[in-house]
Amino acid sequence: MKLLDIQNLSIQFAQDGKTSAAVDKVSFSIMAGETVAIVGESGSGKSVTALSTVDLLPKNAMVQGSITYRGEEMVGASETTLQRIRGNNISFIFQEPMTSLNPLHTIEKQLGESLSVHQGLQGLDLRHRILELLAKVGIPDAVMRLKSYPHQLSGGQRQRVMIAMALANEPELLIADEPTTALDVTIEAQILDLLKELQRTEGLSLIFITHDLGVVRKIADRVIVMQRGTVVESGNTSQIFDAPEHQYTKLLLDAETVGVPEPVPANASELLATEKLKVWFPIQRGLLRRTIGHVKAVNDATLSVREGETLGVVGESGSGKTSLALAITRLILSENRISFKGQDINGLSRRKMRSIRSKIQIVFQDPFGSLSPRMSVMEIVAEGLQVHNKSNKKTHRSAVASILNEVGLDPATMDRYPHEFSGGQRQRIAIARAMILKPKFVVLDEPTSALDRTVQMQIVDLLRALQIKYQLGYLFISHDLKIVRALSHKVIVMKDGDIVEHGASARIFDNPQHAYTKTLLAAALG
Amino acid sequence: MIALSPLNERRLNNFKKNRRAVWSLWVFTVLFGLSLFAEFLANDKPILVSYRGELYTPVTQFYPETKFGGDFKTEATYRDPEVQCLIRSGGMELCFDNPERYLQLISNGKMNADTEGFYQGWMIWPPVPYSYDTPNDLGRSAPSPPDASHWLGTDDTTRDVLARVIYGFRLSILFALVVTIFASIIGIVAGAIQGYFGGWLDLLFQRFLEVFSALPSLYVIIILTAILGRSFWLLATLSIIFGWPALTGLIRAEFFRARNFEYVRAAEALGVSNWTIMMRHILPNAMVATLTFLPFIVTGAISTLAGLDFLGFGLPSSSPSLGELSQQAKLNLQSPHLGFTAFLVFTVMLSLLVFIFEGVRDAFDPRKVFQ
Repeated sequence: MKLLDIQNLSIQFAQDGKTSAAVDKVSFSIMAGETVAIVGESGSGKSVTALSTVDLLPKNAMVQGSITYRGEEMVGASETTLQRIRGNNISFIFQEPMTSLNPLHTIEKQLGESLSVHQGLQGLDLRHRILELLAKVGIPDAVMRLKSYPHQLSGGQRQRVMIAMALANEPELLIADEPTTALDVTIEAQILDLLKELQRTEGLSLIFITHDLGVVRKIADRVIVMQRGTVVESGNTSQIFDAPEHQYTKLLLDAETVGVPEPVPANASELLATEKLKVWFPIQRGLLRRTIGHVKAVNDATLSVREGETLGVVGESGSGKTSLALAITRLILSENRISFKGQDINGLSRRKMRSIRSKIQIVFQDPFGSLSPRMSVMEIVAEGLQVHNKSNKKTHRSAVASILNEVGLDPATMDRYPHEFSGGQRQRIAIARAMILKPKFVVLDEPTSALDRTVQMQIVDLLRALQIKYQLGYLFISHDLKIVRALSHKVIVMKDGDIVEHGASARIFDNPQHAYTKTLLAAALG
Repeated sequence: MIALSPLNERRLNNFKKNRRAVWSLWVFTVLFGLSLFAEFLANDKPILVSYRGELYTPVTQFYPETKFGGDFKTEATYRDPEVQCLIRSGGMELCFDNPERYLQLISNGKMNADTEGFYQGWMIWPPVPYSYDTPNDLGRSAPSPPDASHWLGTDDTTRDVLARVIYGFRLSILFALVVTIFASIIGIVAGAIQGYFGGWLDLLFQRFLEVFSALPSLYVIIILTAILGRSFWLLATLSIIFGWPALTGLIRAEFFRARNFEYVRAAEALGVSNWTIMMRHILPNAMVATLTFLPFIVTGAISTLAGLDFLGFGLPSSSPSLGELSQQAKLNLQSPHLGFTAFLVFTVMLSLLVFIFEGVRDAFDPRKVFQ
């Protein structure tokens, strides 16, 4: 039986008198009890399609075509009809569990609200139902958790609460919009298991929106591949993965395969090393603010990187990866020795550090957040030159042009602003900013995590090419083990600030020793 | 032409779409532009004088009465019939005897170039031939209601209300601009330093601000005006001193937030100096919040000035002040034209400003979508 039927759906957004098409003549249907994955890169219109089912789009969206839920037309339906369907028959889970929950309300209150509105439950009945739901989504000590606030829960638990909220009114269709993208791999695996289990026990239909093909293979019955607002291919999961027909599907699948880095020359000299590096944040209490303990963000990190070598750093969020990156670039305070080409840089004054800054650069995760929206590409990339090469202002423009060429951007675009570029292009700009000073050592803090898979591969290729050309040393931080494997010669695994395992990349991936490394690998690659 | 970034271009377009704000801006610009030339609109000196074939500009320059054949070395009182007669007749001695009669003869053409010693002169007066402090001989008790010669009537010291409104409008706006600009600069710099460096500096500064903002500003103003005498600049300085903390908290919070943005970190990693980071990377983000807050500072400054004037602690009593007009309205309830004038001027002025800034704020709102 068809639960949801979408025919010839087109969606356009109007802004400043211009319209841009987000979805173009999309048709598909969802059967009862089925899991369908919608796959595509950012901007392919997958989220917009899902949101349009119960008219959750912003006001400037223009929807054409037909969406029927159990035969009832949704496009142009009255607000009362839509409200009856929303939350009751069709529920949503969104990507970011922190912002989807109200930080000022307890778990009990958030869950209770929708239950008392839609089902009129009160008092003990309400509490029983809430506990039942929390148990269903696998929250331990549900009674204790009732009075917790969202910030007291971990990311995975928050996403479980979100799922409990979505299930509260026993919907028939659950739409999950990238529900695991913000989570660590081990948590992601748990959430996927939970969704699969719930789908079976509750008889749900599930629309699963994602850009991650690994997830699709684990959960979906059918796959719909979207590109630039149109459906390019759809079919059973096995059929799509084993015999993709469309060019774009093949491209997506190819992006999953990764290579290994070029070996480092045997005579390469040591570039950067740390000895028992510590980043401890003091915990202060009381009137006199005495230090009663420390949050050990990074504890006794000893590592070394040679010229032309990449050291991968893996671990889940909160394991101290980013603190390590910031400490090595001296953006936060740390203790003990950081030596760059044999010189200890961890005691240098701001002034002395400035000349070394051009040799050690950092590229951040978020290509949207790491470029100032108010500066043109030329200004952003040339900023380092203004500090380290003040005398030759006239050559700045040509220097920017040549570095943009090198990272694969058209130099003619240098007077544009960051918002005119795609995520991958922005990350190239960020790389150009770091590379223009011809550094020897670059810290890459999750440079690919916010990007689509095909774009990630392009960035990895670019980083490899730059490394070989300039014999760069990389400290590559990522929670994405596939990418780490593609780039790293050596790997360290971090957990709660400690390095639990380190060694050559091949050895870590093929023969992990520490229990934690094993779980991590099983969740990510299994 | 300055090239606008696409972001600013979008903002400009958004502002243009708010018709009320655009119209308010036009009306306000015209009013304020005109009031900047108040001396040519309302003055007790003519704009241009022709005396014995030579041109004089009394508005901008000092001329003693002797220049026009008079007796005194003080500035010519152009409203005086004797001076008027002297100018129009080219300095005939007859004017000292009975100026009104001869002025009439000149107007009738009975006295003309044929008369001996006569040289035709003329004066061009501003549309309102009174300045804000010109006393008038009304022939009845002041305040007098509006009539043909005083379009908005006169106040209780016989001064023309229209002239006072024109000058008062200019004074209020200039006061507000001076206070807003300087209070914003100090507030932004203080907030920026607090938010950027944080730590002990921030802690001490916050405590200082708490103590400082507990100072009763009214008493300080009364005491200082008693010692130093009332003046525009003293009031402006005091308003700035008590006004700047308004923005500091906001800017401090914006800097705290932007401090950990990745592009700020990236600039730091490039070795960019603190000052450059603050100015180039963080301040533009804080400007939107500042702009949202600006209308409150501007209208607040205008209201503060009016309030102090109303209480009698404001500008010197000779200055053209709208607050003083309100005070006179309160003291002379039998002359409602004073009250209505003061009310209307404040309403128009503050409404225009609020409408303009509302448009500016909406234009900067990234979530506001214009179809």
